[in-house]
Amino acid sequence: MSDEQGESPSAGVATGVAPVAIQLTDIVKRFPGVVANDGVNLTVRSGSVHAIVGENGAGKSTLMKTLYGAHKPDEGTITVNGKQEEFSSAKDAIAEGIGMVFQAFMLAANLTVWENIVLGDEPGSRFSLNASAARSRIRELGQQYGLEVDPDALISDLGVGDKQRVEILKVLYRGAKILILDEPTAVLVPQEVDALFASLRGLTTQGATIVFISHKLDEVLKHADAITVIRQGKTVGEIDDPSNVTSRELAEMMVGSELPTPETRDSTVTDVDVLELSGLTVANAEDGARNLLDDVSFTVHRGEIVGIAGVEGNGQSELVNAIVGLTESTGAIMLDGRDIGRMSTRERRDSGIGYIAEDRQKDGLVMPFLLWENAALGHQHQPPYGKGPWMNVGGARTQTQVIVDEFDVRTPGINVPAFTLSGGNQQKLVVGREMTADPKVLVAAHPTRGVDVGAQAVIWDILRDARAAGLGTILISADLEELIGLSDRLLVMLRGRIVAEVDPASVSPADLGSYMTGATTGAH
Amino acid sequence: MFERIWRASLAPLMAAAAAIIISSIALIISGNDPIEAFREMWKTIDSVQSVVIIMNVSVPYYISGVAAAIGFKMNLFNIGTNGQYLLAALIAGWAGAEVSLPPVLHVPFVIIVAMTVGGSWALIAGILNVTRNVNVVVSTIMLNYIAIGISAFLLSEFFRDDATGGLVANTKLMPESARLPALNPIFELFGVDFPPNVELFGFLPFAILLGAAYYVLLNRSLFGYELKLSGMNPAAALAAGVNPKRMVLITLFMSGAVAGMIGLPFLLSDPSFLKYGDAFPTMIGFTGLGLALLGRNNPVGIAAAAIVWATIERATQRLGPIGIPPEIGKILQGSFLLSAVIAYEVVRRRNDAAAVAAAAAATHEISDSSYEPPDNLSTGQGAGAPV
Amino acid sequence: MTATIDTAPPEATNGTSFVHSARFRIFALVLVGIAVMSAARMIADNPDLTSSGTFGVGLRTAAPIALAGLSGLVAERSGTVNIGIEGMMVMGTIFAGWWGWEYGPWMALLGGLIGGMLGGLLMSLATTTFGVNHIVAGVAINLIAPGVARFMASELFLGVQGGSVTTSPGNRGEIGAFTVPFLSGGDLFGWQSPDILGWFEDTGWFMVADAAGFAKGMTTSVTWDVVITIGLFFGIAYLLWHMRLGLRLRFAGERPSAADSLGVSVHKMRYIGMAMSGALAGMGGAVLVLFSNRYQENQVAGRGFLGLATMIFGNWMPAGTAIGAGLFGYAQGITLRTNPGDLVRTLLLAAAIGLILLVIWMVVQRNYAPAGTVTVFAVVAMWAYFAAESPNNQLVFITPYVVTLIAVSIGAQRLRPPAEEGIPWFKGMQ
Repeated sequence: MSDEQGESPSAGVATGVAPVAIQLTDIVKRFPGVVANDGVNLTVRSGSVHAIVGENGAGKSTLMKTLYGAHKPDEGTITVNGKQEEFSSAKDAIAEGIGMVFQAFMLAANLTVWENIVLGDEPGSRFSLNASAARSRIRELGQQYGLEVDPDALISDLGVGDKQRVEILKVLYRGAKILILDEPTAVLVPQEVDALFASLRGLTTQGATIVFISHKLDEVLKHADAITVIRQGKTVGEIDDPSNVTSRELAEMMVGSELPTPETRDSTVTDVDVLELSGLTVANAEDGARNLLDDVSFTVHRGEIVGIAGVEGNGQSELVNAIVGLTESTGAIMLDGRDIGRMSTRERRDSGIGYIAEDRQKDGLVMPFLLWENAALGHQHQPPYGKGPWMNVGGARTQTQVIVDEFDVRTPGINVPAFTLSGGNQQKLVVGREMTADPKVLVAAHPTRGVDVGAQAVIWDILRDARAAGLGTILISADLEELIGLSDRLLVMLRGRIVAEVDPASVSPADLGSYMTGATTGAH
Repeated sequence: MFERIWRASLAPLMAAAAAIIISSIALIISGNDPIEAFREMWKTIDSVQSVVIIMNVSVPYYISGVAAAIGFKMNLFNIGTNGQYLLAALIAGWAGAEVSLPPVLHVPFVIIVAMTVGGSWALIAGILNVTRNVNVVVSTIMLNYIAIGISAFLLSEFFRDDATGGLVANTKLMPESARLPALNPIFELFGVDFPPNVELFGFLPFAILLGAAYYVLLNRSLFGYELKLSGMNPAAALAAGVNPKRMVLITLFMSGAVAGMIGLPFLLSDPSFLKYGDAFPTMIGFTGLGLALLGRNNPVGIAAAAIVWATIERATQRLGPIGIPPEIGKILQGSFLLSAVIAYEVVRRRNDAAAVAAAAAATHEISDSSYEPPDNLSTGQGAGAPV
Repeated sequence: MTATIDTAPPEATNGTSFVHSARFRIFALVLVGIAVMSAARMIADNPDLTSSGTFGVGLRTAAPIALAGLSGLVAERSGTVNIGIEGMMVMGTIFAGWWGWEYGPWMALLGGLIGGMLGGLLMSLATTTFGVNHIVAGVAINLIAPGVARFMASELFLGVQGGSVTTSPGNRGEIGAFTVPFLSGGDLFGWQSPDILGWFEDTGWFMVADAAGFAKGMTTSVTWDVVITIGLFFGIAYLLWHMRLGLRLRFAGERPSAADSLGVSVHKMRYIGMAMSGALAGMGGAVLVLFSNRYQENQVAGRGFLGLATMIFGNWMPAGTAIGAGLFGYAQGITLRTNPGDLVRTLLLAAAIGLILLVIWMVVQRNYAPAGTVTVFAVVAMWAYFAAESPNNQLVFITPYVVTLIAVSIGAQRLRPPAEEGIPWFKGMQ
């Protein structure tokens, strides 16, 4: 992570302090068992682009929900444009000109852009929706703010960038002057990020105030006029001049201690092939559309982590599903010399494929199942979890305790349902159960997504230790730091193909972003 | 242990209270005296005869509940159990009367025929679901009515016992070797005094066995684990190597096979039947659905639900003569079911929240799951993912 | 999860000529259908297959199924999977039987609406407010409603002439019907107008007579409740796609969190949706009561589920649901005609002819493998027609259910249910 001292965009703005658009004072919000916000302060000036940074679980989203009216704070005051406010619902906040753009888009896939935008504020009378008025207003807004989108397009047909535009138009349509964006660049590539912030900067010239939540520090330093750092529910830093701060300093404020560095030491890569993919292809269900995975070939060696970088939706999920056996594919998949391409998922896992799913709540765990039942998942028919037609409950419990102890899964016990655990502990359980099954190859999709920094560090250590012991890993991630830090080799996927192979030690995030977007074609 | 029982009974008790209140209101509105009604109901069930009748009636109800529960555990709603058991009872009744075997073989023969027919009929819905993506609710109910028509046809054209003649059609009487004797002698040993003509039907032990098998299946077998897994989280089941199509087919077959047994108590142990005919009870399948819900798909819970259900039926049988509509029993049953279903949900959510809080307090890390109960329930079988 | 920066060349869009458009396909399918039915009619010499009488009855039997389908559609579009349509129809029948007897046919309709709505609201209480699993709640409603009906019947009808626990006394009067003048010989201010369609029907000409029979059936002695049913289809379609309420209802089913974030009350929408759903189902029950002129226990006989099937068949759209209801209603109407066994047999012949055409089409398209399976079915159908004798009443009874089963088995492609139906939703969920 280089020490970036980017020029703060407000450096050239005339002095004369802008009025305060938002003032949150001593906000406290409690949930059963935890205090999410413990006296948070936030001061946002009109016309600025203000960043709120903090790690996962620090309380940023909770704070924003308070500002947005999704819930009321237990203590503290909210002042908007000088007036003290109390929001009992989102509608109240909208009335005050506050609009929230969510990280997970709040869009109905089967409906059109205009339907999604005007919902709740529809033009026309109670008995007649005025669709054409809606369409023209959207086109008008699109042109005014540089956020053009086809009002009649179905949301499911749009790409991520366009969907984000729709979300922003939603709040602009309602006359929002204060826009809150929650992790807006989570799914964007560096060039798209720049485009987004250019639009946002354009909005501020028209009088808007932008607040955005992020944990991507280099972006924050590059684009924000002011930064508020939150850690463990408290404000630990208010920075009015980001040009004076380095990302390292910012990170340390976020975490409160020395950052774990995902740097690699000695290489443990061997020259023994453990997984070889040749010509792996996944066809598209629709005739004539391009293959979802197209002629992918690469090899993973024992003791190696191969990272796969790419914008979401370019074939990474299909790659994972093809290897694990959840999707039909053509081409060869050789595990230790054996072709597993015709095997079922169960057979592949039995042969030594470990799998950390991208979405642990959907694919990796069963939330209402107890921990020991979840530990058995994927290996339920094998000792110690089961034998023949029977389940070995005692054996499963013992093994689960081993996993919990070895992999630092923080839980009151092993007979609790999985949903009572935090995301990080759930993921540690998943990683632990895969590792104890002694796999030959591990397919890890976004292994630290939505996981707090502490658990993330633990998982990284686990992956590194396993690599040193000879495990071959395919690591798919949207976290460039993670990819660069953990991988021995880095492949880039675009439109279902491998388009570049780079050396993680020498590539820069900007270059990587170029390969990921196809702006440059890479060495392969 | 007692806390567990208390926790488990809280919701049903609340539901029972609600049911009594609602039924009393219904009685009052229709000009009756609820206190008198309940007093008479208590009097009715307070006899050996009533207890025996209740147990006899509970047995097919219990089997029906287990049949439904097997499907429910996998989020497969086999609501065609009526048709499955009627067809099974017809064919088993006919086949059982056509062969002659020693008792040790004859009874299992009838049982196996019934289970095979019921299972195969349900399997049709499974095949349609797995090959053509046909919604199980729709297909099982269609097959239900088709089965009713087919069994009426088969009975009147092929399987009827011409000896009996007349307007009512029956299969031949089940031979002696296939009849299960009454259980009275066992209880008489313990000093129970049975009034004349009151028999505790001999199929009861089989029902208990079924319950035990269901328990073992669910909690100790690999199949049971994968069954629950597929019901709770189909995506995780796939990732864990479970073959979803195989699960659907096996589960529906098992559900139908158990459903096929519903008619067996009547065929094998009820002296007023011992054959299949027009007078055969036809709605037990639907009742079983409600019992599975009441019993939360749990082998003991379903038994309790079946007994309660049968008790209400018996208790309201003598209300007519004192001027109270016996149909109040249906209101009792219905309001109990609905209240229970709501109470279970409320209690579950409260318990889940408490569990999360307890874990957070113990580990100082808060859960951030947005967990909701299994939700792949749309009739189109596929809730879309949020954008 | 779609590609975001895919700059692949846009797919070549060949100008779609009329021959390839969806409209043409539907038009061709309709023509083929008429031809097949007509051929069967002529070969089996069974004019009743496509007579105005049969279609007329079919229309009346389709109406309750159509209302049940519409009921399911509204519920699911607003986010609630409604398995309890059957129970709500039962509620409709008991209320309709009661008010129809006490007050008359129009009140019967109103009573049915109210009875069904009560059921809908009760179910919504369980699913929307308490978050009970939708199918569980629906099953519960189906079990409760007959009990309530029985209890009400015992209070209302016992001891009254013509009444019992299982049936109500007859309705007070009929709802009335109308016949379109000129086309179907309707009355025009007392003058009997010519029956043009009837004339065409009597000619027996290939395809013409059958089409005329259909048209005449749709326009002769159409009872007002059926007219209202048809009107409701248009009304609900307008409501859902051209009214503010409809947009909000649909969001409650597609993405409730989005609606909530914009200030729309998801719970209120789902309650409204279920109230409407219950009302529609109840009206379906009322139509049944008007058809049989009284309430009878077990009257509904699975029509609630038939309605669900039509909704799936129609891919959650009113037009498709109506077509499905027409199909199933026709199949059920056949069972009420004078010689149902013969009619079913003729229908079998029509199916066989249609399958043979399908095989030819598949071979032309070089779709050999499926053509083989279809050939098997065609042969079986043909054999059944020639070898078997007309099915008797018990088997005739199963015709609509078989037709339904076949229809959903074939038509189960590219289903697009509302994205978040069936998911209990509460504030704070993403």
